[in-house]
Amino acid sequence: MTHGGDGQGTVVKLTKKDFVSDQEVRWCPGCGDYAILAQMQKVLPELGIPREKFVFVSGIGCSSRFPYYMNTYGFHGIHGRAPAIATGIKVCNPDLSVWVVTGDGDGLSIGGNHLLHAMRRNVDIKIVLFNNRIYGLTKGQYSPTSEFGKKTKSSPMGTVEPPVNPICLALAAEATFVARSVDRHTDHLAYVLERAARHKGVAFVEVFQNCNIFNDGAFEPFADRSVKEDRMVVLEHGKPLIFGKNREKGIRLNGTTLEVVTLGDGITEADLLVHDEKRPDPAIAFLLARMDYPEYPVPVGVFRAVEKPTYDELVNAQIETAIAERGPGSLEKLLRSGDIWVIE
Amino acid sequence: MRERASTLTTVESEVRHQIVELETVTVRFAGDSGDGIQLTGTLFTNTTALVGNDLGTFPDYPAEIRAPAGTLPGVSAYQICFSSQDIRTPGDQPDVLVAFNPAALKVHLPDLPEGGMILVNVDAFTEYNLKKAGYTSNPLEDGSLAKYRVYKIPMTTATLSALREIDLPAKDKERCKNFWALGLVYWLFDRPLEPTLRWIEERFKKNPAIAQANATALRAGYAYGDAAEMFTVHYRVRRAQIAPGVYRKITGNEALALGLIAASQLAGRPLFYASYPITPASDILHELAVHKNFGVRTFQAEDEIAAMCAAIGAAFAGYLGATGTSGPGMCLKSEAINLAVMTELPVVICDIQRAGPSTGMPTKTEQGDLLQALFGRNSESPVAVVAPATPADCFYMAIEAFRIATKYMTPVILLSDGYLANGAEPWKLPSIEELPKIEIRFRTDPNGFYPYLRDPETLARPWAIPGTPGLEHRIGGLEKQHITGNVSYDPKNHELMVKLRAEKIARIAEDIPLLEVFGEPEGKVLVVGWGSTYGAITSAVEHWQRKGAPVSSIHLRYLNPFPRNLGEILPRFEKILVPELNLGQLALLLRGRFLVDAIPFSKVQGRPFKISEIIDRIGELL
Ligand SMILES: Cc1ncc(C[n+]2csc(CCOP(=O)(O)OP(=O)(O)O)c2C)c(N)n1
Ligand code: SF4
Repeated sequence: MTHGGDGQGTVVKLTKKDFVSDQEVRWCPGCGDYAILAQMQKVLPELGIPREKFVFVSGIGCSSRFPYYMNTYGFHGIHGRAPAIATGIKVCNPDLSVWVVTGDGDGLSIGGNHLLHAMRRNVDIKIVLFNNRIYGLTKGQYSPTSEFGKKTKSSPMGTVEPPVNPICLALAAEATFVARSVDRHTDHLAYVLERAARHKGVAFVEVFQNCNIFNDGAFEPFADRSVKEDRMVVLEHGKPLIFGKNREKGIRLNGTTLEVVTLGDGITEADLLVHDEKRPDPAIAFLLARMDYPEYPVPVGVFRAVEKPTYDELVNAQIETAIAERGPGSLEKLLRSGDIWVIE
Repeated sequence: MRERASTLTTVESEVRHQIVELETVTVRFAGDSGDGIQLTGTLFTNTTALVGNDLGTFPDYPAEIRAPAGTLPGVSAYQICFSSQDIRTPGDQPDVLVAFNPAALKVHLPDLPEGGMILVNVDAFTEYNLKKAGYTSNPLEDGSLAKYRVYKIPMTTATLSALREIDLPAKDKERCKNFWALGLVYWLFDRPLEPTLRWIEERFKKNPAIAQANATALRAGYAYGDAAEMFTVHYRVRRAQIAPGVYRKITGNEALALGLIAASQLAGRPLFYASYPITPASDILHELAVHKNFGVRTFQAEDEIAAMCAAIGAAFAGYLGATGTSGPGMCLKSEAINLAVMTELPVVICDIQRAGPSTGMPTKTEQGDLLQALFGRNSESPVAVVAPATPADCFYMAIEAFRIATKYMTPVILLSDGYLANGAEPWKLPSIEELPKIEIRFRTDPNGFYPYLRDPETLARPWAIPGTPGLEHRIGGLEKQHITGNVSYDPKNHELMVKLRAEKIARIAEDIPLLEVFGEPEGKVLVVGWGSTYGAITSAVEHWQRKGAPVSSIHLRYLNPFPRNLGEILPRFEKILVPELNLGQLALLLRGRFLVDAIPFSKVQGRPFKISEIIDRIGELL
């Protein structure tokens, strides 16, 4: 990726302001989307990438209005299809930093297929899924991440469908970078977004996002500042899984299950699972992803970060190989390929 | 075929068989889909092209890869019409039917005219196979074929005996019988074996035993004809008197793929082709995937929606974005086509139409998607629509589609169909210089840049691609404010934008060729066609013109917008006949647009028109 410049080769230091567009932000006051926008605008100038090389692609939903507010190239697509649009952009111009912004309905319901395949292919795009566990823009129907039994406008007696866990899905697709953060945990969110930005390959980031209109407080039981130390665990590469206000609790791997243990009484840090985001197979990451409140602390951080050749890189490498082996195509020769004959 | 094959002259040949000269012949190969019928037909076509005949082909095969052997639905056929004259279709009916089994005979016999020649593989006429084909008695013995010239040939045993020296399992040897039959047909029509022998050598390079077996079978079939008592004559069809030049044989799908590559070369921008496999469009993807040294990126998407969206992404990034599919895939693409309409990005969408609705008949042709192409999206959604008239025309219309798409910043739908896609004809290669230039101008100047500030002449908005400093902007499916491209819900602005999008497409009419009337500019009957019916319509009209009847025709290769002189031509005729492989979609448009009494002439059998069908229908109007 080329670094920040003004086209004349001099490096220009960008600031948050450079990424703020002239469009009025139209989310409800108090919506979690604001916090994500702010962190994104804070992180991008740090990357050393010129502004014109960023493209934000989205689907449909409140969250998908995001590109309008970023002063970069932007494409507000159609419902669920942003990963496909982004794939076309990235394959054709691998030099761009291509981001997808999607919601839980957009990415996991109507666009589930595209999300799966973009992750499986390891297209070098960054996907940020704003998970508010509800359909915001269409005013409050349940979504594929709504908890079982949730009462909404379209489920007055409660839903009868189990939710999907986005992180599990990303890991099943063997996305090369999988992470989670929370809208209000600004520093952590900035950290995760920057990690995603610097990852080469597909990056999938789930952000717990509060919809204060239709699903207010969905994450409060564990993500609220007063309880999060006890009810969430921050994954850090190479470090044991410890949580709790006094860092007195940990996660231990017992056979094929994870268990919450309290340190002391013969249990030491050495007994705890040490997080390895670089582990090639995603099995342990999958166990971690399945941890949920109240049985377990809810994990945030980078579940997985491995390097693999990217789709766009491989596609373009084949083009180069073909040109090297056969020479650049000649239309004249192409038309005359196969059996030809001459009429005089 | 325009006329029945006619005997011109008879000359003595050096061998003991006489050679009879014919002007036009139609041969149909038919057998099990596992018999290699399509290959046999294709190889015969290649040779026929090389000896300089004009030709047209019609492959007709079941959707199932290997339908149950010996059954009626499992029959695969390949028809070729070749001539020393200029021809435009694969022939109405076969003069010669090569039937590899009873089912093939049963399915195709009704198409054979009285006196037609049948070459059958008698070895396949076992009691078991007869029963499978639904015969209660053996047609080769019960006299039911008395009206035809039947040649009972032991193709399987002859093949096995020709290959007895070759060390291969009997099953593999038996599979060479299509080459044996091909050899015999080559003898019958006095064609050289060399092109096929060369093909065999190349194709089976890694398997010399199979190569040898096929080559031996081919030669043996030829020798059989030469030696057999049963044939008293064989035939010659002279080189066609066609325009001088360099020729190759081409199918519509091949031509389309080459046209997309040519467009990319002419535009100096790489091609990105996204597609999800579907009959009969997949061959375009296969063909393009080979030509990576032209910078062609192919993307086998997870579905047609993704294919269309990825092509849009490619166009946004400054590539020539294209996608190809057939009817069911068109349905899936429609929402994304509208996104291209709203974002005003150049994408070419190739719809290789097939019989529907729904999955319909995947391998059978139809022109049922015309109205879908024009109107099959929510709201006012104008797109340019073009339709090639012949297999080779797919090349030119693919270039034309991209010329229009990039000049006007619009999606363009190209309507081909199964008949064009798989049918072959000789193609006189164009010189590169005579192809249109495609001028691409990306916006780079930030001064006065607005994403929806239009070119005053074409109404195209600027193409500003990501990576260009100072042009950062956002586009999307929400309504745009005129000029700025900002999201706008203003009522008046919306109406203005709806009209601007329509006007932009309408203005393309200034930039496409006028229609040329085939025949007199006024008269009694005007036949109006579009797309793949060109050959049959033109031949039928020519038939009446030769008889002095006041019949003319026009053929639409541009369906949106229509050529601007269409409205002037229509009223000059008393009757307007519109033959279409649908229930009258173009007729509906002509009636709606021009208030003329267009008479639909429909055929929806998954098959193209016969010339004779159109001749007869015109006759009723005269
Ligand atoms: C094809 C299509 N179907 C339905 C809709 C209506 N729609 C718009 S947004 C949306 C759900 C959005 O939910 P989510 O992705 O969770 O985003 P949020 O609004 O909560 O950010 C739906 C169903 C649409 N725009 N397009
Ligand atoms: S409805 Fe919910 S998600 Fe949408 S803007 Fe309002 S608070 Fe945010």
